[in-house]
Amino acid sequence: MGFFDRISEGLARSRERFTEQMNVLLDRGPNVDDEFWDGLEETLILADIGCAAASEAVENLRDQATRKALPDAYAVLDLLNDQIASRFCEGGEQIFGGEPALVLFVGINGTGKTTTVGKLAKEATDAGRNVILGSADTFRAAAIEQLEVWARRAQVEMVTRERGSDPASVCYATIERAEETGADLVLIDTAGRLHTSADLMRELGKVVNVVRKRSKLPVYTVLVIDATTGQNGLAQAREFNRELDLDALIVTKLDGTAKGGIALAISHELQLPIVKIGVGEGLSDLRDFDAHDFARALIGNFDARQN
Amino acid sequence: MLENLSERLQGIFSGLRGKGRLTEDDINAAMREIRMALLEADVNFKVVKNFVARTKERCLTAEVLESLTPTQNVVKIVLDELTELLGRTDSRLVLSSRIPNVIMLVGLQGSGKTTAAAKLAYLLKQQNHSPLLVACDVYRPAAADQLQTLGQEIGVRVYRGDGADPVRIAQEGVRDAIDSLRDVVIVDTAGRLHVDEQMMEEAQAIKHAVKPDQVLMVVDAMTGQDVVNVAAAFAERVDFDGVIMSKMDGDARGGGALSVRQVTGKPIKFISSGEKPDSLEEFHPDRMAKRILGMGDMISLIESAVKVQQDQEELEVAERLAKSQITLNDFIDMNRQIRKMGGISKLISALPGGDKAYASGQVDEGALDRMEVIINSMTKEERTRPEVLNGSRRARIAAGAGVTVTDVNQVIKKFNETKKMMKKMMPAMEDYQGGKKGKKGKRGRGHRRMGIPGMGGMSMSDLRKLQDMMSE
Repeated sequence: MGFFDRISEGLARSRERFTEQMNVLLDRGPNVDDEFWDGLEETLILADIGCAAASEAVENLRDQATRKALPDAYAVLDLLNDQIASRFCEGGEQIFGGEPALVLFVGINGTGKTTTVGKLAKEATDAGRNVILGSADTFRAAAIEQLEVWARRAQVEMVTRERGSDPASVCYATIERAEETGADLVLIDTAGRLHTSADLMRELGKVVNVVRKRSKLPVYTVLVIDATTGQNGLAQAREFNRELDLDALIVTKLDGTAKGGIALAISHELQLPIVKIGVGEGLSDLRDFDAHDFARALIGNFDARQN
Repeated sequence: MLENLSERLQGIFSGLRGKGRLTEDDINAAMREIRMALLEADVNFKVVKNFVARTKERCLTAEVLESLTPTQNVVKIVLDELTELLGRTDSRLVLSSRIPNVIMLVGLQGSGKTTAAAKLAYLLKQQNHSPLLVACDVYRPAAADQLQTLGQEIGVRVYRGDGADPVRIAQEGVRDAIDSLRDVVIVDTAGRLHVDEQMMEEAQAIKHAVKPDQVLMVVDAMTGQDVVNVAAAFAERVDFDGVIMSKMDGDARGGGALSVRQVTGKPIKFISSGEKPDSLEEFHPDRMAKRILGMGDMISLIESAVKVQQDQEELEVAERLAKSQITLNDFIDMNRQIRKMGGISKLISALPGGDKAYASGQVDEGALDRMEVIINSMTKEERTRPEVLNGSRRARIAAGAGVTVTDVNQVIKKFNETKKMMKKMMPAMEDYQGGKKGKKGKRGRGHRRMGIPGMGGMSMSDLRKLQDMMSE
């Protein structure tokens, strides 16, 4: 039971559907024809990789497959898997690897920031770390209460102010409290905001600046992105990165049929490592990221052979 | 990142001007671009495939309008087709005669159900209904608190019940509505994945228990290809009646709207944009079609401009402007017309990319009103001949308008700048009015300056310049 099995449970359903599609393709035998390539492109587009990227990947693959005289569709898919995996940016292990850290979670509304913070708090506390939470989402109704519930579940302390107060001051207070208690992992939830709302983006920029200046722990800013997001995800990530200089990505909601292909584009273009993936609602459903497994889930080729 | 479709088509057809008729090759090339544009807007792959096939058919058989360029012809067909597919249903919320009317909201986690519920309640309240919000999300921590807070803000009663059985809470909510004389019940349910069997069963159970008159599904405008699976699953399991597209204030193209409509046949009833309770808007298929193709909301803007058109006046103003003899009276007229079109912010936000400028806080709505007050404090002579304004006149105007002399000076400065700008625009305007003069051909029709009727030939970009000046 390797890591691969764990990740694949969460994606089981998408895999099944993909298997069906892929089987149709693969039943044509090792001779790959135009339909195979079209089907592959379609699969990639349906995984939200993006139209241009999918076409490019298929063109590229087609060229290489001919040059390397690959024997059959499986070999082609292995090659594709390697190519996709290599496009993901590597690194980011230090963020949740056990070193002292302060992590800020940012993203648009409804991607699952608060839930992710809650799960991470629980996971890290169970691992014996001294965690403190900061609820800097002073905007959305009941966001503080939501994180409070998580704080209770994980039995960690949470710092906040009343709704409507300045998020930067919440962060400041959180850092002070963390220093008093000697916490080695500080997780700060921020209010979701659309990347197009410049005022709110500036506000967030200020929050991140305050934290970077004040904190003695290394500060990481992590963008939380929803796997169901389409091509707009790239625009979101670009804006957040421009304003905040991001350090990493977390992809949530991979337990549906969405494959999260947009994460590939973001990770590659902005050179951001993916540090965690959310594959379900349970506490233990926040997993480490593995490029090959993600790539495999994205194109789902393995079970065409294994099942 | 993306050019809009018409610009791209323009590129393809640039060699075709004057040819009049499109060959099949031309259309194939155009269809590739259309396919790309739709996929980039997150319209589902299969929907795109069908759409392109159908549209191509129509392009091949359609009457080519001679008055339009090939690009315009293709764009027109695509837009027509897209608009038709998005549905022509009007998006008013029709309540049945049953009291209380029950509306149930469903959707994925994070799609914006709770926010949409509050907005819907606000809308109903504006229409003299007395809604009740029922919080049936017992899973997400503090979800009921969120609804409660939103309910308080808009002054709508929220029933949250106790216990962890959403079906019972929903039933009690309906009873509570009867007891407290509410005529519409809005049931906010927990977000769920379409593949989560247990949660889907619960949604069915709630539906069965309260027999909603309408089930609305909330769909995030940013959803990608997967929207088809989600919508199909919800349609099969809970059978919704309509869709609310949320997060439309972002810059996502919202191609999911087309996918949902195509796959389920359910109409899009509302679009929800923003955090404020009054930001639930009617759905316009034509505007959505343009948004999906990345064409901004230019046409709505032109329509609203046409509404305020006053032919005679406009001609006079245009003439005076052309001679760049604008007076402060024109300044006021211009301001009033801008207001009739929904204010400068609406104007700006209807322009492609304009939302950004608006959002970045460069737009000051009040600036125009303050200016008008100051100009109103001037005598007729001062308005037509601003050059007579000396120190003592300015002091009098400031006192009359209740502002400082600096404010008055600023208005005059802005006026002078506008005048200067008008002078600069003049050659362009003559080009526009005279038709054939100027650099003919090179830039193509699509690039021609778009005049706003009633604004004396001012173009959009000039309007923005004007706005920039005003907000200095």
